[in-house]
Amino acid sequence: MDIPYTVTPRQDTGLFNAKVGIWLFLASEVMLFGALFSSYILLRVGAAPGTWPHGLLNIPLGTLNTLVLIASSMTVIMAWASLKMNRFGNFKIFQGLTVLCALTFVIIKSFEYRDKFSHYEIIKNDGTVLDGHLISQDKDSVTLHLAEPKKHPNAAVIQEEKKEEAAGLKVAHAEAGAEGAHHAPVTVPRSEIKKMENYGPWHNTYMAIYFTLTGLHALHVIGGALVMSFFWGPGSKMWRTEPERFTNRIEVSGLFWHFVDLVWIFLFPVLYLL
Amino acid sequence: MSNTHGHGGHDDAHDISKAVKTYIFIFGALMVGTVITVLASFIPFGNPKVNIAVALLIASVKAFLVAGYFMHLISERKMIYGILGATAFFFAGLMYLTLWSMEPTSIIHFIPNVP
Repeated sequence: MDIPYTVTPRQDTGLFNAKVGIWLFLASEVMLFGALFSSYILLRVGAAPGTWPHGLLNIPLGTLNTLVLIASSMTVIMAWASLKMNRFGNFKIFQGLTVLCALTFVIIKSFEYRDKFSHYEIIKNDGTVLDGHLISQDKDSVTLHLAEPKKHPNAAVIQEEKKEEAAGLKVAHAEAGAEGAHHAPVTVPRSEIKKMENYGPWHNTYMAIYFTLTGLHALHVIGGALVMSFFWGPGSKMWRTEPERFTNRIEVSGLFWHFVDLVWIFLFPVLYLL
Repeated sequence: MSNTHGHGGHDDAHDISKAVKTYIFIFGALMVGTVITVLASFIPFGNPKVNIAVALLIASVKAFLVAGYFMHLISERKMIYGILGATAFFFAGLMYLTLWSMEPTSIIHFIPNVP
């Protein structure tokens, strides 16, 4: 059975069916991410003054990922434009570049996640808080590289420290520029540790919403990359038999990809910069 | 999608070539916009709310460029505008409810006078 309106537009909508389908899907996606952004606003505005963390994420890596995603939006539309100009070879190049950009994005994101899962906060029995990256641990002790406080003009100190200090805890960081203290490894006997936790989604509200938003977005990137890889590889055979239908498929997958880019355009400043 | 960019069957390579020039321009604008977003976040405007407003304004302009030109929304069919209009309505409602719920005088903050 032939699927109707894969190429010719329907009279009532003026569009081929997949186009209507993808826009309805994107509308549902807007509401999905909208609900999560709404949760973010509620959590952030509801947080006690001065307790929302700043400077926990790597801005250069986040910026790089933004540029990579924007570049992929350009290549995906060039892939579609190449088909419209009947240049299948160019399509292959641009579609391949798009998939490479998607992989680059996921790899960079995985480095960022890995950094958070190896970034620990240790509360000692005497109330001192140690914050840094795990170097090694055994059954007797834990060794950390103490983290530098992030210097962001709009968050002169990592504001979470205020919360900890207010709770009577002393926060220990390697002071940037302090002689001998820069990235100093510190070994803590386990007997002195009251609590030890990494910066996973369980660490605080900010990390929870960060992992939820970026994790869902990363799943969209992976899903989109799988679809585009199929159209770059085995799915591209359709170009020989039904070129217009194949071009429409690329257009529809491209619309999804642009949406993924669009979501990141808001996620980046909201999570990394503000 | 518009007849110019799309699937009406009567657009030609010349139209697409012209559109490609627009795409390259938009691509450059998005790259510059990203750099401006990062640099603006380091400017101390005095009030964090101004930083938030500036960052969201730049993000909105970038989103308009992506949606308008890469997704061709500046020249779409009425059907698509209808779908997006409904989406915008419900999205605005969601955000209104979010902001309304944070108002101290909002009904959801009503605490019954329990003895």
